[in-house]
Amino acid sequence: MAGGQERILRERIRSVQATKKITRAMELIAASRIVKAQAAVTAAVPYSELITNVVKDLAAGGASGESPLLMGRDEVHHTCYVVIAADRGLCGGYNTGVERAAEGEVKADVLRGDSYTIIPVGKKAEGYFRFRGYDLGQAFNGFSDRPSYDDAKAIGQHVIDLFVSGAVDRVELVYTRFISPGSQEVVLRPLVPLTAETVAGGDGKPEDASSGDYEFEPAPETILETLLPRYVEARVYAALLNAAASEHAFRQRAMKSATDNAEELIKSLSRVMNRARQDAITTEIMEIVGGAEALDSGDDLVPVELDSTAFEDPVFH
Amino acid sequence: MSDVVRVEVVSPEEMLYSGEATMVITRTLEGGEVAFQAGHASFLGALVENRTRLFLTDGTVQDIAVHGGFVEVSGTPTTVSILSDAAELAQDIDVEKVKADLERHELVLRMEHDEAKLTEAIAGKKVAEIQLETAGVTFTA
Repeated sequence: MAGGQERILRERIRSVQATKKITRAMELIAASRIVKAQAAVTAAVPYSELITNVVKDLAAGGASGESPLLMGRDEVHHTCYVVIAADRGLCGGYNTGVERAAEGEVKADVLRGDSYTIIPVGKKAEGYFRFRGYDLGQAFNGFSDRPSYDDAKAIGQHVIDLFVSGAVDRVELVYTRFISPGSQEVVLRPLVPLTAETVAGGDGKPEDASSGDYEFEPAPETILETLLPRYVEARVYAALLNAAASEHAFRQRAMKSATDNAEELIKSLSRVMNRARQDAITTEIMEIVGGAEALDSGDDLVPVELDSTAFEDPVFH
Repeated sequence: MSDVVRVEVVSPEEMLYSGEATMVITRTLEGGEVAFQAGHASFLGALVENRTRLFLTDGTVQDIAVHGGFVEVSGTPTTVSILSDAAELAQDIDVEKVKADLERHELVLRMEHDEAKLTEAIAGKKVAEIQLETAGVTFTA
């Protein structure tokens, strides 16, 4: 009876220990992935800076805002949300943070009587919104922890098609921005139409004004037309990389606290188990003593006290 | 050193090449081949699929397969920035794999009638041909 309880506790400790090993391993993996993901974020910076500059210079250098991607709609009635979350769970509040932010926006749209489409990126986002019966567009899965540029390209192309065909009036990105391994925030960023600020600000001249205005080949409008989709893709790619780095950071934190909790649990369970074992031993001793006394009381010719003194001093015997 | 240009070849995933060269030759959309040397006027262009050559300061030529993108030339000293979704240095090209790709695409071109598949094969074939040209291999399937 008492021994049974001890065995159950021993099994629980063993299972918690196994869990702890797993969470510790996941923590270490996530920690090493953060470094890689951070490097990927940094590696993408030169391209996105250059492409931003080129867009600005083009716009200032005479390319008119005729491109459909630059033209905002007068009335916005259909918003498309690209919600970037993870493919896997076990990363604390990472998925819920993004999902809730998107859900809040969608609910506000519905209250205003506008329609929406959700493009879930990552299995968890898809599962969340599908279960709750939201209107989903095409889903993109399977690359959340290590996105490649081709993935960003697929998403970019898809939302550009949606926008240009008139199916949606604007596209917003919802993702987790990676600030540092210790801090990330969920952000909502407009993607399409490209805002005036993105294309304004360039002076159309190289940094060194003496070398004159740009020459264009082919015409600036043609370049802009091929450039803008690339620009959108680069924005999506940056968002995916940020989201991936954030995912690893969240997972590392979640797994660290899981490991700590497991340790705590093991400690308190061992305490309970030891007490149970001691209780069992005490009970057994009591039973033996009780049993012996019961036997003795049957024919107690020798007083117990005498016996015990005799044992305490064996030298005199 | 005023007779060299700074060259940067950037893809979204990484800085592919960064260094100095005496001349850069690439090919623009509608414009044909264009060469840049130090002191070139500021220039913005869209690139087609091409084999871009960097004439390095040590006399060697670095070939790069550029699968579309943009080029920006500006500043003193002159800086040539090539932006491309997909670009490979000649030494990074896996010739055997490219040959296999090329054969596959040509097979599709001969057998297939589906418009979308044909377009894909034509684009794929072009990519493979540029890759082979860049790697310095002549090949006919």
